[in-house]
Amino acid sequence: MKSHVLRPLWLAIAVVGSVLVARIFMVPDDFGVHGDSFTYNFYRLGNVQEWKDFPAKYQGRERCARCHEENTEEIATSKHVNMQCENCHGPGVGHPKQIKKLPVNASRELCLRCHHYLAYPSSQRSALAGIDGNKHMKKKECRKCHNPHHPNLEDM
Amino acid sequence: MSCSRREFLKQTMAGAVTAAIPACSVIFLAPGEAQAMTDGSKLRWAFLVDTEKCVGCGLCVDACKTENEIPYDAPVSRTWVERYVITKDGETHIDSPNAGRDGFTTSEIRGEEIDPENIDKAFFVPKLCNQCDNPPCVQVCPVGATYQTEDGVVLVDRKWCIGCGYCVMACPYGVRFFHPVHKTAEKCNFCYHRITDGKEAACVQACPFEARKMGNLRDPEDPVTKVITNERVQVLKDEYGTKPHVFYLGLDEKVR
Amino acid sequence: MSADLVVHGAEWTVKELFVYPNEFIYWSIQIVMYPYMTGLVAGAFVLSSLYHVFGQKDLKEIAQFSLVFSLALLPVAAVPLLLHLQQPLRAMEPLLTPHFTSAIAAFGIVFSTYALIVVSEIWFVYRGYFVAQVHALRDQPGISNATRRLVYRALTMGAYDVSEEALATDHKAAKILAAIGIPVACFLHGYAGFIFGSVKANALWMSPLMPVIFIMSAVVSGIALCMLTYIVIMEWQAFRNRRRGGVLQASEIRGAEAEVISKSARYLLGFLVAAISLEILDLIFRGYTAMKSWDILRSVMYGKDFVNIFVLQYTLGNLVPFILLLLPGRTIKRTVLALVLVLFGVFMMRWNVVIGGQAFSLSFSGYMHYHIPIIPHSVETFKEGLFGALSVIALPFIFFYGINKFVPSLRRDVGS
Repeated sequence: MKSHVLRPLWLAIAVVGSVLVARIFMVPDDFGVHGDSFTYNFYRLGNVQEWKDFPAKYQGRERCARCHEENTEEIATSKHVNMQCENCHGPGVGHPKQIKKLPVNASRELCLRCHHYLAYPSSQRSALAGIDGNKHMKKKECRKCHNPHHPNLEDM
Repeated sequence: MSCSRREFLKQTMAGAVTAAIPACSVIFLAPGEAQAMTDGSKLRWAFLVDTEKCVGCGLCVDACKTENEIPYDAPVSRTWVERYVITKDGETHIDSPNAGRDGFTTSEIRGEEIDPENIDKAFFVPKLCNQCDNPPCVQVCPVGATYQTEDGVVLVDRKWCIGCGYCVMACPYGVRFFHPVHKTAEKCNFCYHRITDGKEAACVQACPFEARKMGNLRDPEDPVTKVITNERVQVLKDEYGTKPHVFYLGLDEKVR
Repeated sequence: MSADLVVHGAEWTVKELFVYPNEFIYWSIQIVMYPYMTGLVAGAFVLSSLYHVFGQKDLKEIAQFSLVFSLALLPVAAVPLLLHLQQPLRAMEPLLTPHFTSAIAAFGIVFSTYALIVVSEIWFVYRGYFVAQVHALRDQPGISNATRRLVYRALTMGAYDVSEEALATDHKAAKILAAIGIPVACFLHGYAGFIFGSVKANALWMSPLMPVIFIMSAVVSGIALCMLTYIVIMEWQAFRNRRRGGVLQASEIRGAEAEVISKSARYLLGFLVAAISLEILDLIFRGYTAMKSWDILRSVMYGKDFVNIFVLQYTLGNLVPFILLLLPGRTIKRTVLALVLVLFGVFMMRWNVVIGGQAFSLSFSGYMHYHIPIIPHSVETFKEGLFGALSVIALPFIFFYGINKFVPSLRRDVGS
């Protein structure tokens, strides 16, 4: 007369077994500890390359300089020397092959990011030349009077 | 049917042992383990923020959103800029409108006009993921969807994340959020796709005031490493034991 | 903003003062429901074990019922999580690649272990009944009877021996499982408390007391729910019987027994006192040590959440039922009121922990207000809104109805 007591145990083992089998099919092979620590290095290795392959959008000033020498020169000798071309012209990916002409953000809001004057004595912000964006030439594009590639208050 | 003492003890022991088995599956991190992890590597990314230079233009936030495809209109961002205005009456006013995406183009904070005569000090603080050495967000991920690479960057596997949000709750710095489109956990990853390709992170490149810099902590000749090693730098919330790797110059005690 | 661009949490969070841009109330009503439901599971099981392990004979009927109800609650405990996950189709991953440093990874293992224990114990208790049904339905005509017989045959798992010896073995096995189940039930709910208590980033949650507080209040809620459901069912059956002129079997008609209620109530009170003591201890410690977070915590607890914590949870949910159950001349009606208040109090405790912990910003300089979506206008506002919560509450009763058809938990003549 066989004891029936262990029957639920067989059921339990079957359930656990099916999970272990499912793991073989559902977990990618490169999943594991890749490094010294189970706490911090337990992951799917293939994901690292997936992130490395993520497309970059911004190209950087040096690439713009290759063709747009004149503009680059103009900016380099001005107070905007540290501005990236792409800060105003948007990311250069796909230019010139897919995108013939990059747009330019000529809105007031862009310039006001730095040039809306804030009287913060302990911040470099107050050292930047600025105006009250709500009052000075409201609704007009800044570039109508100021050259973004070579801003020069003295010449105005 | 009553329970004899021996029976009771036997059953309790059996119960305790059975309960202990799953309990042993909680692995405790040995103190040296976390350190050892990135020590051997020749590359350990670190970030340097100079709050004396930041003017709150928000071009970094804008560039980050574009580069990393975070929907422009969504109120979340991988990096953000906070403004602190400390007034003479002892009040600290802090804001970060749209994460600083459009810069700071008004002296009003939450509709309250602040008289410049009244300001003791005011400054801007950019923030981003600290790529901690002991990242609590990685520790709490139930499925191994977030992890630390050999060079110290914490990444999220978009294909594996179940969206439970435990990592978001575990981060003391509030840098994590759910990507509105991918519906998985999201955060700054130092533009891993750029830095591993010899480029600068989008925010580092976009900043016109050199307030953001990145370097390799394992390279003693790296200019950023030299600043971190030789000058006085601060980190955020070090009391949590996370060992953050974003270092600040000029961090005020009022910074949250 | 198109529907695609909905930032999870933005829909029901209102920020006040300075809150980090990426902060929203990410863990909302379903994360309140989850520990509540698992607490009911654990509590129901502990109540059942008080009979099986410690031989509290007065508790036999309610123990029988609560064991089966515990099974009805079990699958429901997982539902709030499925509704909350941003990627519910990946819900099996904690079983496939469990990262054991995470308390949530323990969920898959502990939950499965506990489910197997409950199922096994029920099997041992009702096996004799299953076998009897297989024999009784043998010559009954009709598809319905044939199907029922098939189900019972499957439920016996091929073990047809119902001799004295075999049934005694069943009884012993049930007792052992009930004993093992107690620490597992504690672990099931202790780890739920650990999920919150171990989050150092959250000033309200971080506490070593959290797992213990959760266990205590889980047992409270489990006992209360079982007592309540037991009373309701027994009283309704007695009422139905009276209306029909009293022709039903003697085993079902007596209504809720005063002794059973009395005994259970005593255990309830014990755990209630333990739970509230720990919570108040935690509060006192926080106020005394006054860490960096104390200013904002105090403004949340004594300010905007004062009613939620001190009026709804502590007074209505703890003090009032405590008095109601202790006053002499306890009637069924008063007991029912006390039990409903206790269940409400435990729910408020979960609410005050989960929502309360997100009521203040990580910056300690701002607040977040939770506005639970009432009328759903999208999948997300249904899942994480009032109707999602109500669906979760309704489920155990639906499951119990179905399970009870095959595992009758209210009949005195069935089960060991």
